[in-house]
Amino acid sequence: MSDPHAITREIDRSHMQVSDEVAIQITNMNKWYGQFHVLRDINMTVNRGERIVICGPSGSGKSTLIRCINRLEEHQAGQIVVDGTELTSDLKNIDKVRSEVGMVFQHFNLFPHLTILENCTLAPIWVRKIPRKEAEETAMHYLSKVKIPEQAHKYPGQLSGGQQQRVAIARSLCMRPRIMLFDEPTSALDPEMIKEVLDTMIELAEEGMTMLCVTHEMGFAQAVANRVIFMDQGQVVEQNEPKEFFNNPQSDRTKLFLSQILGH
Amino acid sequence: MQKSATFVRKEMLQAQEPPTSERGAIKWVRENLFSSALNSVLTIVGLVAAFLVIKAALPWLLHSVWNANSLGECRDIIAARYGEGATGACWAVVRERWHQYLFGFYPQELFWRPTMAFGLMFVALAPVLYYGNQRVNTIMTGVVSILTILALIGISLAFPQTIGGVEAGALAVLVAALVLGGLTAVAWLAPKRLLYFTLLYPAVGFYLLWGGSIWGPIGTLAGFAVLVVVYNLTKGQLGVVVGTGAGVVAAAIWWLAIQSHVTGALHSVLPLGTAHVDSDEFGGFLLAFVIGVTAIAASLPMGILLALGRRSDMPLIKALSVGFIEFIRGVPLITMLFTASLLLQYFLPPRSNFDLILRVIILVTFFSAAYIAEVIRGGLAALPRGQYEAADALGLDYWQAQRLIVMPQALKISIPGIVSSFIGLFKDTTLVALVGLHDPLQGVTKVVRAAIEWKGIYWEPYIFVGLIFFACCFSMSRYSMYLERKLKRDHR
Repeated sequence: MSDPHAITREIDRSHMQVSDEVAIQITNMNKWYGQFHVLRDINMTVNRGERIVICGPSGSGKSTLIRCINRLEEHQAGQIVVDGTELTSDLKNIDKVRSEVGMVFQHFNLFPHLTILENCTLAPIWVRKIPRKEAEETAMHYLSKVKIPEQAHKYPGQLSGGQQQRVAIARSLCMRPRIMLFDEPTSALDPEMIKEVLDTMIELAEEGMTMLCVTHEMGFAQAVANRVIFMDQGQVVEQNEPKEFFNNPQSDRTKLFLSQILGH
Repeated sequence: MQKSATFVRKEMLQAQEPPTSERGAIKWVRENLFSSALNSVLTIVGLVAAFLVIKAALPWLLHSVWNANSLGECRDIIAARYGEGATGACWAVVRERWHQYLFGFYPQELFWRPTMAFGLMFVALAPVLYYGNQRVNTIMTGVVSILTILALIGISLAFPQTIGGVEAGALAVLVAALVLGGLTAVAWLAPKRLLYFTLLYPAVGFYLLWGGSIWGPIGTLAGFAVLVVVYNLTKGQLGVVVGTGAGVVAAAIWWLAIQSHVTGALHSVLPLGTAHVDSDEFGGFLLAFVIGVTAIAASLPMGILLALGRRSDMPLIKALSVGFIEFIRGVPLITMLFTASLLLQYFLPPRSNFDLILRVIILVTFFSAAYIAEVIRGGLAALPRGQYEAADALGLDYWQAQRLIVMPQALKISIPGIVSSFIGLFKDTTLVALVGLHDPLQGVTKVVRAAIEWKGIYWEPYIFVGLIFFACCFSMSRYSMYLERKLKRDHR
């Protein structure tokens, strides 16, 4: 198997414990874009502490699935319960879930008119009502964690892609989320910047964060995930623990996909 | 016989001056004026045209007359100085009638009030225009204060008045010096505090311009207090949106039904006030500024709300916004001004005698807000979807996301369009001449030219008014460029 970003470092698994507590429960969830049936009968349980990698060909609905979990997309049938709160059109529930769930986007989506520090303190100050000084201390803590405290007073446009994505991760962490969603966090990055973002994500996993990650980084999946989900045509085709998933895929669709992304 | 092409340089070449054809003025002329045959011809034609214009206008400007009492006197002076048949500008009309161009028919003994209001306007604007730049803020306040005091001294010398043996002009200068000195001190020591004055300025400006009982503006301000109190009382049970609505309704009831009784009673108990000036007496640039500045200040927030309404998911809000914008944009401003002067009266409750200037301001505001809304909608559309999603994902609610993330970026993109709208609006204030108000261009000039001394004067008043308009609009344009530079964030 050849993987340009194979993870070679030692992973500290001491805090990576999957508990029995359910973090996300999705039952019989369906979603349509107009006539198009994007997500078909999704059933999924995510326990606290799980690190799940979702992969699949483009258009398979994997991004849509995790965007439903903080209701950036609305589902039309079935049930999504996040941390005991069901997602309905009730705005209070949605805001509650969103403040507990952090999200990292493919294109970073930092706020270009605010400094790095302001990007990180905005939501804690306005949503969590934390005093500015305290929010700034927290922000600096997480910016140090993603190794860019010295950039705090620059604007996003002055940073490289990898740095911006690490700021985006820090921005999410400042809300002290219990679950993190990653929507192809490395797909828009130059190859040499992918590693720095993956390292940050691995550290997060080592601290026991519940993570759902849509990615094509199979090295990351093998090193960190405790479950890999393969999606195609809006449905879950196969899920398994990484070793089994990569070495012994069951369905033909999965085999084809793996051969295409790994087998050059 | 040369065997090989081996070459070793022994001495490095020194840099040389470029040939004259590549240097300075000659290069510039070649590249810009004579780069091709067509360009050469156009350059020569342009030069000839410029020469002809200057040849016609220059003697006229050079033969300017500033001291005369009538156009006939001007012509005599020019004929005497430069010979029979010479042309010359007669600026004496500006010298004699400048106060009408500035203030219209505002009572002369009260000229200090609009002057003061004008100066205070810049003091109130400073913390908004130069937000976060405290040094410029302080300097602007100081400079405006000095200029205002100088203007007041000039006016008191031009129109000396005594009230009860006291020099009224000196009194006004003294009061202005105290007020402006105080404000400059505030700007120096606590620049942020100046924003309170900005909030208060509409009432202060209104009272300075129209005068009358002091209870009028206080009653109007009390309406805002009613709004805040009702909002705070109801927001706990009814939520922010309904609470705001309840506050607005309560304030409207106060303004329309209760205020006049309360202020009337207060005035009969404690008759404090100054001379009232009727709206008919307003004119010239005073009128243009009152309408222009008020409409600009009011149409920006209204335009923002309309732009958001047009993009709203709520069908009713969306329909109302679209309807308003399309209707207002589809109707000529002049129609709306006629509506203001004639029709609006029919729709208002009986016996409500709405001031004509106020009616014009309201409709000009609507007109401008519709355009601003579309400009801002363009800015909103230019924002990537990811910005909205990031704001949502962080748990910001709709208004927080709009205020903190969306509007700062959308407004920045829209600055050139917004300022264009404002410049257009300011120049459109001259259209109020059509409903009988004395705007500087048509209204006042007509009055001036109707006077027997100035009958037949043509260019000078229009050039004078045009120059002032140009100065105002050009300043706005420069300010917008400053703002764009200041808000520039992509340093790549």
